[in-house]
Amino acid sequence: MNPFRRSPFVITAAVLVYFFLYAPIIGLVLYSFNASRANVTFEGFIPAFSDRVVMDGSLVKSSPCGPFHWYCDLAKNDDVGEAAGNTLTIAFTATIIATIIGTMSAIALQRYDFKLKPFSQLSLYIPIVIPEIVMGIGALTLFSQLFGWVNETFNLSGDARLSLGMATVTISHIAFMVPFVTLVVQARLQGFDKSYEEAAMDLGANEWTTFRRVTFPMILPGVMSGALLAFTLSLDDFVITFFTNGPGSTTLPIYVYGLLRRIITPQVNALSTVWILVVFTAVLLLQIIQNRESKQHS
Amino acid sequence: MSSEFAVEMRDVVKRFITPEGNEMAAVDHVTMQIKNGEFFSMLGSSGCGKTTSLRMVAGFEWPTEGEVYIEGVAMGHTPPFQRKVNTVFQSYALFQHLTVYQNLAFGLEMEGAKEDEIKKRVGHALEMVQLTGMDRRRPKQLSGGQQQRVALARALIKTPDVLLLDEPLGALDLKLRKEMQLELKALQQQLGITFIYVTHDQEEALTMSDRIAVMSKGKVQQMGTPVEVYERPANKFVADFIGESNFLEGKIKSLSKNEASVFVPSLNAEVVGMPISEGLVKGEEVVVSIRPEKIRITEKDAKNNNLFHAKVTNTVYIGADTHVYVDVNNAKVKVLEQNRISRLDPKSFYVVGQDVWLMLMPENTLVLKKD
Repeated sequence: MNPFRRSPFVITAAVLVYFFLYAPIIGLVLYSFNASRANVTFEGFIPAFSDRVVMDGSLVKSSPCGPFHWYCDLAKNDDVGEAAGNTLTIAFTATIIATIIGTMSAIALQRYDFKLKPFSQLSLYIPIVIPEIVMGIGALTLFSQLFGWVNETFNLSGDARLSLGMATVTISHIAFMVPFVTLVVQARLQGFDKSYEEAAMDLGANEWTTFRRVTFPMILPGVMSGALLAFTLSLDDFVITFFTNGPGSTTLPIYVYGLLRRIITPQVNALSTVWILVVFTAVLLLQIIQNRESKQHS
Repeated sequence: MSSEFAVEMRDVVKRFITPEGNEMAAVDHVTMQIKNGEFFSMLGSSGCGKTTSLRMVAGFEWPTEGEVYIEGVAMGHTPPFQRKVNTVFQSYALFQHLTVYQNLAFGLEMEGAKEDEIKKRVGHALEMVQLTGMDRRRPKQLSGGQQQRVALARALIKTPDVLLLDEPLGALDLKLRKEMQLELKALQQQLGITFIYVTHDQEEALTMSDRIAVMSKGKVQQMGTPVEVYERPANKFVADFIGESNFLEGKIKSLSKNEASVFVPSLNAEVVGMPISEGLVKGEEVVVSIRPEKIRITEKDAKNNNLFHAKVTNTVYIGADTHVYVDVNNAKVKVLEQNRISRLDPKSFYVVGQDVWLMLMPENTLVLKKD
C-alpha cells in the first residue's frame, strides 16, 4: 500500500491544484448563464422562455433561448464568426507550414553535422525563451519598416499598399511555432534507429522512397504532436497577434480583449465556453486516435 | 555468375574522425576474397573493423581507400539500393509500422513486382522460415526468434547474390542460437548463395563457416578454415582469441624449417616446437602456444625433450573435463584432462601439491610471433 495515499498533505495539495486549475473554468462557464448583463455577480439563471427578450434593468427576465440567452446572442454576432474564422485560418495555415519547416529542420539537425549546427540548435531556443512581447514588437517594427520601404520604393497606392493583416499574423505565428515543432520532432528522432533507413535502402528503396515509406510513417506520431502543440499555441496567441494584426484580421483572443475594454457581458463567457469545448473536443479526438494507433502497434 | 569471387575487398581502408578530432582507421588495408557459395565469417571483438567491412560491402559506408568488388564489378560509390546484396541487421530493423507481410513485400515492391507475384513469393518465403500464418502480425507481436526469421526472409526474398549477416543471432538466448546456427548453415547450403557473417562469437564462427577471417584493430590477422585458424593460428592474437591456450614467452635459440628451439626463462629450459608464424628469425622474442587439451600428464620415463616437472596447484572438476592447474618452475600452465572413465575415488584424480610430469609434444607446441 502506498504510504502517501492517505497523507493529509497529498490530499490538500491535490484539492488545491484541482481547485486553482478548474475553479476559474467552472466559474467562467457558470457566468455564461448569468441573468445579469453587468456580469459582476451571479444573479441566477435566466428563468423563462419567451418570444422576445424581456429586461428588468440589467437583469434578463426571459428570452427566446431561456438560460442559453447569451449563446443565442453570440450566434447573432457576426464579428465573432469572422474572428473565429480568422483564428482557424491562421492556425491551420501556420501549423501546416511550421510543421513542414520544423520537421525538415529537426531531421537536418539530427542527421547532419555542419559548422553552424551548435548555433542553429541554440537559435531554436531563442524564440521560446525571449518574452513574447519582445517578439511581438520586433515583428511589428520589421513589418512596418519593410512595408514602408516597399510601398515607397515601388510607389504603391490604394489596395496594393502592403499593410498588417492576415499574412503578417500568419508569418509571425509560423516564426514562433517552428522551434516548438522542431524540438518535439527532434525528441522523437533521438530514439530513431538509423538501421531502419538502411534496411529500406538495402531492400532497394532510394532516398525519397525511404523517407516516404519508412522514416516519415515512423516519426509521424512526433510530427503530429508537434503540429498539435503548434496549433493550440496559435489558437491561444494574444501578444504577437496583438502587434501584427490589422484591419480584417481580428482573431478571437483579440476580439475578446476588445469586448473586455467596453463592457463585460456574459456573451464573453459564452464565447469562451464554446471555445473551451471546441479545443477540448479536438484534444479528446486526438487522444482517441493515438490510443487506437498504439493499440494496433502493440 | 561472372566472377570467381562473390565479393572482393582490395586493400580497403576506412578512416573515421573521432569526436576528439583524431583520425582513426576502423579498417586498415584489408584484402579479402570471398568465393561464390561460401559461408564466410568475419570474427573479432567489438571495434575490430568487421562490421565496418560488412557495411562497406552493403554500401552504407564507402572506403576511404581501396575498392570493394561484387561479382567482379567495382562498387565505388554505388548506393545500397543498387547493389545485389542484402543485409540481415543485428537489430533486425523490421519496419514496426508494417505487418510481416508488408515487411517481406517491401523489397519486391521496390523491384516493381506484380501483386500476385509478391503474394506467391511472400508465401514461399514465410514457408521457408516456418512462419506461415504470421503474415498479418506486426513485428512487435512476434518473439525474438520469429523476428529474426522475418528479418532473414525479408533479405532472402530479394534472391541476392550475397547475403550479409551482422551478428544476427546476438539477441537470442543460447539454446535458440545453437538451433539457428545449424538452420542458417543448412539454409545456406540449400540455397547455394554466399553468406558473409559477422560475429564476435568464435564458437559460432567455427560451427558454421567454410572460412573465417579473424580480425583485430582493423586488420585481418588470419584467414582460413576453422581447422586452420584453431590448429595453426598465425600469431598470438589468433591463438588467444580462438579457443584457449597457454602462452610461454621466450627467445628462439635454433631454427629449422620444421623445428624451433625456444629458451623459455620462466621454465628455465628450452622447448622444442613447430615454427608457425611467417618470417620467424633466430634470436627473435616469441611466444610458445600450447592448447590445454594437447598437454599430456605422464610418468617420468618417456625419453622426450619436452618433459617438464610440475606441481599441481588447483583442480576444477566440470563433468566432461577436469581442469588441472600446475606450476612448472615459474610458469603457470593449464591442462585439460578428459574424464574418459567413470570413477568416484578421489585418489584417482590429481590432488593439490602432487608432483607430475608434463609432456609437450613438439607438433602441439606452436612457436608464434608476439603480435
